[in-house]
Amino acid sequence: MTELSKKRPEFRNINAFKDLTTYRLPLAGWVSILHRASGGLMFLLLPLIVWLFDTSVSSEISHDVFQSAFSGGIGFVPGWFMKLVALALIWAYLHHLIAGLRHLYMDVNHAVSKEFGQSSAIFTLALSIGLTLILGAKLFGLY
Amino acid sequence: MSYGSKRVVTGAHYGLRDWLAQRITGALFALFTLIVLAEVVFTSGPLGYEGWAGIFAPQWMKALTFAVFIAIAYHIWIGMRDIWMDYVKPVGIRLTLHVFTIVWLVGCLGWAVQVLWRL
Repeated sequence: MTELSKKRPEFRNINAFKDLTTYRLPLAGWVSILHRASGGLMFLLLPLIVWLFDTSVSSEISHDVFQSAFSGGIGFVPGWFMKLVALALIWAYLHHLIAGLRHLYMDVNHAVSKEFGQSSAIFTLALSIGLTLILGAKLFGLY
Repeated sequence: MSYGSKRVVTGAHYGLRDWLAQRITGALFALFTLIVLAEVVFTSGPLGYEGWAGIFAPQWMKALTFAVFIAIAYHIWIGMRDIWMDYVKPVGIRLTLHVFTIVWLVGCLGWAVQVLWRL
């Protein structure tokens, strides 16, 4: 049997601990699974997102509640944790948006080569993580 | 055979429709983000409660936001249904998750619309 025709490993019933940790995912694959994960996260946190919209926009009083949730915390949830969740939402939104625009770009330009998949994946990850760090620094008052 | 008692009770609309809807609703939300961002940037002075609530005050912005809320709810439905279809195979559990997704989505949508229209 030559090197090329050698049987490649097949993953059927994927074991989360054995297979997922050893599976080499290319960057385009990371963008893809994170696109899905970020969407799922935003779906699960949807009531929180609507609450943020509600309190921030409804009245002066509710706006104070909205702001103090991030400084002094709200209920049993400390302010820093609210900021951390907000940061997760910021990342999720940015990644989902940029990965989505990447899809649209590929659809319109038929840019579906392996090389473009790789380079645009690097672009997507760099931009979403970079912007998240910049906005996160602002959120936590670093500048 | 996929009719009668063998009918597949959970699934996609197989093909172009959802694929296209996902892109159009996504692009709509990207555009909406741009509009809100522009409004925030062009607000003079620090954006307090007045400035932020003022963005959603005009009737045209309410109508647009309402349409975008509906669009994004449909976008989330397609996306979540795809996730369930990929990872959850038993029809009963999948159907339960689909129902949960719809209740979760419609509940949040109703709340968001209420917030919007009482402004």
